Amino acid sequence: MKNKNLIDSLKKTAERIKRETLEVHRTAPETRIASSLSCIEILVALYYGKIINFDSSDPASIHRDRFIISKGHGSIAMYPILADLGFFEKNELLKVCREGSFLAGIPDPVVPGYETVNGSLGHGLGVASGMALGLKKKNESDKAVFVMTGDGELYEGANWEAIMFASHHKLDNLNLIIDNNKLCMLNYCNNIISMGSLSDKLKSFGWETVEIDGHDMGIVYEELIKMKKRKRGCPKAVIANTVKGKGIRKLEESEISHVLSLNSSEIDAVLESEK
Amino acid sequence: MNQKTMRDSFIEELSQRMRDDEKIVFLTADFGSPVIDLIKNEYPDRFINVGIAEQNLINIATGMSLEGFTVYAYAIAPFITMRCYEQIRVCLSILSQIKAINVNLIGVGAGFSYDISGPSHHCLEDLVIMRTFPNIEVISPCDHIMSGALVDYTLEKGGINYIRFDSKPLPAVYDKLFQGIRDGFCHLISGEKICIIGTGFMTAKALRISRLLKDNGIDAGVIDIFLLNGLDGEKLSNVISTYDIVISLEEGFIKKGGLDSLLLNIINDYKLNVDFTAMGIRDGYTFQPGSREYLHMLNGIGEKDILSKIKKRVASVSV
Repeated sequence: MKNKNLIDSLKKTAERIKRETLEVHRTAPETRIASSLSCIEILVALYYGKIINFDSSDPASIHRDRFIISKGHGSIAMYPILADLGFFEKNELLKVCREGSFLAGIPDPVVPGYETVNGSLGHGLGVASGMALGLKKKNESDKAVFVMTGDGELYEGANWEAIMFASHHKLDNLNLIIDNNKLCMLNYCNNIISMGSLSDKLKSFGWETVEIDGHDMGIVYEELIKMKKRKRGCPKAVIANTVKGKGIRKLEESEISHVLSLNSSEIDAVLESEK
Repeated sequence: MNQKTMRDSFIEELSQRMRDDEKIVFLTADFGSPVIDLIKNEYPDRFINVGIAEQNLINIATGMSLEGFTVYAYAIAPFITMRCYEQIRVCLSILSQIKAINVNLIGVGAGFSYDISGPSHHCLEDLVIMRTFPNIEVISPCDHIMSGALVDYTLEKGGINYIRFDSKPLPAVYDKLFQGIRDGFCHLISGEKICIIGTGFMTAKALRISRLLKDNGIDAGVIDIFLLNGLDGEKLSNVISTYDIVISLEEGFIKKGGLDSLLLNIINDYKLNVDFTAMGIRDGYTFQPGSREYLHMLNGIGEKDILSKIKKRVASVSV
């Protein structure tokens, strides 16, 4: 693989970010750890693979690519990433969910690097579509708009209003990443309301889609880069098949991992086993 | 009499401003009128019909405003407030506390505007539910002179605004020289002892009631309220304090947080010694089609009902 060194480095970074995310969870057990572990490779590829243009010294830079993390509660891994990249001081990570901190259990745009209010599901894709259309109207579609949703989030009907809209307006600067971890809060999506093939559904709405293993860093990197570059007059999606609570048996095996926390000794055991 | 819809004068003004300001975009949830064609035909690139999809209307408006556009989003009043209430809360009320975004929600069909269409199209809750949001101004004009002036007001003010229009052509209450939008209210007629305070469609009705009372020897003042979140409470309290009896008149549910609650809070905050009565829509929906006045009669706020209630108040307070 031509990017072997980069991919190896991204893999190492993902391991480090996972450890640091667990440390955040140790500090703030209220944070949604299982949902945050399914998308670590995606977030690391976007930021450390420099797929997303950003300027940590000027998070609102007009030259930045836009990234809306609609599944906000499931993006706690962004805290160590943003701190590491200089969006804010690393010692803030020790204060997550504490009084006086700007890092809450669900990230809001008071966190440098976050664009919108997240966590209430089903808004991100529509807002991202508005940004993508706005950029096109300004002749600035060189700036990409990324949005990451969960799969369970797609039950919210407003997403499908946006999916139709983005296709009609040919928003090929819009890049959707679905963290397809197949779990909602109470059960597997398939047991709640089966969505069938997300890829087929999006294609029938006029989107270009690719379905990938969301934990294979090489593939994640390649496909996210390709998605950003591809501009053929339609919006694009990468459906990343992932595992909620990836790498932690207690979480991987539970259908209610969304609401499970790990205690300090469980975190120690995970960190020890990965040394 | 010079009658015109609030929407027509607003859209005419807005299309003028769109000529000079390329950042203004107009979004609609598949709702229009002949005057909207002014914008659609002149600025096709800045006219976006999102379809019958009010949730997406708000989300697209949010995204475009984050990219620096000044957004006017247009739909039927009950739908643009209630179908997408949580989008308004998350993407506009909450987000605008942190990010500089400029979105104006234009709702047509306040109160019983759609008189023959039944409760799905009546809009009797919007003042209550929209007033509850921080960071959103709630604007309820009573005629097309005021509504036309709201284009410059909202462009200058920025932020998030909800503007509710009546759908019917109505006579002018204001003259073109009106300058006092920032106060949020206007003391239209000075009276003695008793004052009727209205908003939107009901302000003109308050003026009619005031004329009818005059024939009965009662000199009633009239106040129009049009900014329901940002009015100058102290100024208004100074006016109210000159009266003994205050009647609020709104085409919306009463005792839940609308105009009556706004006034009661001012009366309480400034410790005003007045006799207060809320008049508006009783706690239930109205299924019978009919004229505006007929629907008012069904709800106990027909002209005759109001006149007799006011006369009783005047008699009892005078005793």
